[in-house]
Amino acid sequence: MSTAVDRTGDVPLLELRGIGKDFGSVIALDGISTTVRAGEVTCVLGDNGAGKSTLIKVLSGVHRPTRGELLLDGRPVDFGAPREALDAGIATVFQDLAMIPLMAIWRNFFLGSEPTTGWGPFRRFDSATAKDVTRRELAAMGIDIRDADQPVGTLSGGERQSVAIARAVHFGARVLILDEPTSALGVKQAGVVLRYIAQARDRGLGVVFITHNPHHAHPVGDRFLLLNRGRSMGDFAKGELSRQELTAMMAGGDELAELAEELERPAGG
Amino acid sequence: MSATREAPVSGPARADERLAAVGLWRRLLVKPELGSLIGAVVILAFFSVQSSTFRSLSGIANWLDVASTLGIMAVAVALLMIGGHFDLSAGVLTGTTALTVGVVATELGQNIWVAIAAALVLALAIGFLNGWLVTRTGLPSFIITLGTFLMLQGLNLGLTKLFTGTVVVRGIAEAPGYHSAELLLASTISVFGQPFRVAVVWWLLATAVASWVLLRTRFGNWVFATGGDEVASRNVGVPAARTTITLFMTTAAAAWLVGSITAVRLTSVQANTGTGQELIYIVAAVIGGCLLTGGFGSAIGAALGALVFGMTQQGIVYLRWDADWFYFFLGAMLLLAVLANRLVRRYAEAARR
Repeated sequence: MSTAVDRTGDVPLLELRGIGKDFGSVIALDGISTTVRAGEVTCVLGDNGAGKSTLIKVLSGVHRPTRGELLLDGRPVDFGAPREALDAGIATVFQDLAMIPLMAIWRNFFLGSEPTTGWGPFRRFDSATAKDVTRRELAAMGIDIRDADQPVGTLSGGERQSVAIARAVHFGARVLILDEPTSALGVKQAGVVLRYIAQARDRGLGVVFITHNPHHAHPVGDRFLLLNRGRSMGDFAKGELSRQELTAMMAGGDELAELAEELERPAGG
Repeated sequence: MSATREAPVSGPARADERLAAVGLWRRLLVKPELGSLIGAVVILAFFSVQSSTFRSLSGIANWLDVASTLGIMAVAVALLMIGGHFDLSAGVLTGTTALTVGVVATELGQNIWVAIAAALVLALAIGFLNGWLVTRTGLPSFIITLGTFLMLQGLNLGLTKLFTGTVVVRGIAEAPGYHSAELLLASTISVFGQPFRVAVVWWLLATAVASWVLLRTRFGNWVFATGGDEVASRNVGVPAARTTITLFMTTAAAAWLVGSITAVRLTSVQANTGTGQELIYIVAAVIGGCLLTGGFGSAIGAALGALVFGMTQQGIVYLRWDADWFYFFLGAMLLLAVLANRLVRRYAEAARR
């Protein structure tokens, strides 16, 4: 449904053209096309087994697509490893968050990319800078942590998601992929995370927001890609779809009607 | 849409919902060395009150000596435990290195420094092998190092018999260069007229370096991360395998230092030297606040754990108690430490929702 030339005419940050992925004889993903623009949120919706995880893994460089093209700034790209996608500016916040619960927030924030100071055998982890940057980056995202020294394990699920998002933004992500960031959270916590998604978008990032909850996707999304059993059920711009339509498509409208009928109390029973 | 775009950058309402100020008590609780510090102070006070020998300078020199060689190992083993692994071969490796120093210096007639260098190369090779096997197979380090432990135990006995015809290597003091080695590894330093073993200095140095590396370097950050969650740390680019192998080699290097100190000080080495010590190192590290599951602990804590061990062992002797009570004490202390450590972990994971 999406085309290379968009309504605004500029080149999208990331574009998928007929992406497909097979695992042996299983077609996990087929004919997926959508666009991710700077300062916009593209939501990927689908039930369990719809192919959301496979799509993330293709985008983040874990899997190579079997078919189709991935374009970054209009140029075709081919990621052989997660590191290559990361270097190209595509950061993925996985569900398990890649954070160590027993370690302090600032240590987690810079894990694997620690700033150093000094030279020779006295080269050391620049903890003052690390703490300072952590505090500043979290504040810029509107995250108010009491103490950068507290272990990540003491944060709530929403706060942890937010730290992971802030980390991706700090390390130069242009495209931010969020794997079901709201699925394990309560209503209030999910709201907090949605606000941070909006923050990242307002800072000019292209966000790919994977979820199975249309109520989380609709308020924040600019584009909606619906997946079902590995195939695209459509790629819509915000104006083309109401929340009710989105919900109905997600639930598989007819199936839901059938289910409602099935669960109905027998008349007169 | 416009509503979300105008989301406040920081709202007082949100700050409210995350109250539960972190109290002083909880802040202290997450310091891993707190328990061992309290334990050390209590034991120091107890034996000092009970025994005048214990609190005399010669008494202090005595229990510091016991704590020192144990402490060097405990600190290295603590780093390894924080990195998520055990090394059961650490104890017997102190024997292997001491025997190597002895055999190369006496049977092969080399300079003692050549012997010590040869022992270092051997120790690092064994440490590398341990780490490489653990990272390549993904098997628990417990079982891999149990294998190397038993192999080294056999080798220590077999090779010593092969070279000397007995189970002891003797005559290290006659080796060329012995006096410079003795000065560095087995001399004493006089403080207030009381000679203290130079091993105490090595112990303090090892603790300081280990603590600095752990808390102030990138490598230290990787040690915590690898022990805390290896998969997650690899996902963010931590070289977990390299970290693990380096830790095993560090433990082996510590065993080499202790083995060399033992060989030079005693000038003769029994083939069973060091066997059984590996569990004492682990006990000291756990008393020092290391979690058995990895990812948490401290080098200073492990050094304090070794101090607790040294004070208890000598204190019981000074009080003329039956030595059997020593193990009872040690066991009780270990249980207390494990329970306290469990509390810490629970706290750190309490707010998970």
